[in-house]
Amino acid sequence: MSTATADQSSTDADTAAGSGAAPAHTRGLVEITKVRKSFGASEVLKGITLTVEPGGVAVIVGPSGSGKSTLLRTINHLEKVDGGHIAIDGKLVGYEVRGKRLHELREKAILKQRTEIGMVFQNFNLFPHLTALENVAEAPVVAHGRSREEARRRGLELLDRVGLKDRAGAYPRQLSGGQQQRVAIARALALNPKILLFDEPTSALDPELVNEVLDVIRELAKSGTTLIIVTHEMGFARDVADTVVFMDEGQIVEQGSPEQIFTNPQEPRTRSFFSKVLEPAFNI
Amino acid sequence: MSSAATDVAQPAESAQSAKAQQAPGPRSTKPASAGAGAPGPSGTNPAPRGPATDYSAFPLVAAKHPWRWVGTAAVALGVVAIAWSLATNPRWEWGVVAQWFTAQSVVNGLLETLKLTAISGLLGFVLGFILALMRLSASPLLLSVSWTFSWIFRSTPLLVQMLLWYNLGYLYEKISLGIPFTDVRFFEVQTTTLISQFAAAVLGLTLNQAAYSAEIIRGGILSVDQGQLEAAAALGIPAWRRSTRIVLPQAMRAILPTAFNEIIGLVKGTSIVYVLAYSELFYTVQVIYNRTQQVLPLLLVATLWYVVITSVLSVFQYYIERHYSKGAVRTLPLTPLQKARKFFATHAVAPNRARSPR
Repeated sequence: MSTATADQSSTDADTAAGSGAAPAHTRGLVEITKVRKSFGASEVLKGITLTVEPGGVAVIVGPSGSGKSTLLRTINHLEKVDGGHIAIDGKLVGYEVRGKRLHELREKAILKQRTEIGMVFQNFNLFPHLTALENVAEAPVVAHGRSREEARRRGLELLDRVGLKDRAGAYPRQLSGGQQQRVAIARALALNPKILLFDEPTSALDPELVNEVLDVIRELAKSGTTLIIVTHEMGFARDVADTVVFMDEGQIVEQGSPEQIFTNPQEPRTRSFFSKVLEPAFNI
Repeated sequence: MSSAATDVAQPAESAQSAKAQQAPGPRSTKPASAGAGAPGPSGTNPAPRGPATDYSAFPLVAAKHPWRWVGTAAVALGVVAIAWSLATNPRWEWGVVAQWFTAQSVVNGLLETLKLTAISGLLGFVLGFILALMRLSASPLLLSVSWTFSWIFRSTPLLVQMLLWYNLGYLYEKISLGIPFTDVRFFEVQTTTLISQFAAAVLGLTLNQAAYSAEIIRGGILSVDQGQLEAAAALGIPAWRRSTRIVLPQAMRAILPTAFNEIIGLVKGTSIVYVLAYSELFYTVQVIYNRTQQVLPLLLVATLWYVVITSVLSVFQYYIERHYSKGAVRTLPLTPLQKARKFFATHAVAPNRARSPR
């Protein structure tokens, strides 16, 4: 775990040097305020307000189609909001205030903001024509202007951290699903993000490969990076989360500590959802 | 071999052994095991023997395909017959073909053909790339201009386009560069001096090629998963880099086979510029046979050169496609050269191997 600690201190140094404004302990504060989003006639986010503390681990659960993934994708502006706003460490994502309006930022500024927010996708989305190491080293070179050599060295460190140093030269298709997702996590870490978004990171994996990915995420949860995770793995959610957020039909129905949400949910909708997804043994 | 198998397989069941004898070894396992389980027709059979018979020591024999051999023989016969007629029919006049194949004028024509192909192929694909990006852009104007371009150039015959460009001087006497709707002119030139045969040929071929390659490139770009772009955007990779580093290398796999089709079509398509009396390969050959009256042999000269060009291009295609299949297949297949080397390597050591087991 020594590599992880070293990495943590270096990212802190980066932020302190970079923005200057935010002290190290407040990095990664996510404030989502009254966010609305529609696709055509259907409103998938109906005014979501949610705060995730710096270094916190928020796990979003809920039935499919409840807007979990869409919410996640608005946080790094992959999905534009129709109303409301999102701020990271007090700075708006994708917009700036000019007069009494929010003006959308130019592409370049948005890309820069995204480098502070890593994202891990359900389908990995590794670049299949690049090796594992090239996948990890690409963004630091292009987005942070690191030298190829430096990016490769750091990429190897990160691959080591997810236990795949010896597979650095392999192409994604030569790796198992679990290995691919671990490379994808290393790739998201390569930019030293303040925040990591996980969009159902284990849903495309065979059951026996799920744990190797969850173990990596567990390690990250201890590292002080803010994590926002959409998942169907309830056991994992209970294990790793500071806050569990239950969403249904575009709204946050209930949120709280894992004990509160899993063992003593207040809302009938939450109760009926957990009664369907939780195995009886889990409730004992 | 098969008899050995049946001997062991059928110690009790004489009724089935006759049937099994015709079938190859491994097939006989099924009836045997089925018979062992069920109380067979021969009721004298004692209680089941316990575990199934073990055939693991038997060698496996591949199925035979006699009709494949018949088909192969028939086709081989046809190939030989064609080759024989090509070689022995004196009217092909191979002597004349050989005489003209490397004649200076034919080689000059060949070089012109290659020049036209290279220039209009390159310009056509560059323009096609721009058109494809326009077509995929969010701007309705760029989109419709690109669409209209492809629509016009794909729906007019290349021959007409060619003649139109060559006769542009009839439509517009002068071509000038200036500020539109004013009298300011920076540069003015007679159309006929600007549009030579070469320029008309390149213009016609390029624009036509661009219209087709735009669609090919667009198709290739669309074939790349949207998630790739999202992942790249989420990593803060700028748009241009996303296109060149992430999307295009993957699109190339879809683009290349069709693009090479187009280039090969273009090689032969250049022959259409004979209408401009431009002395590329086909026009040169025509001029010669009009003089010597050796029509077929000279057409054969042109044809053979087209075959040579296409063959060389196919080799390029193979290796370029192989390059872009990096990561798309788990292991790259061997190139023909590597296969040949492997073949000779294994056959060279074969005698040693044959000796060693003894």
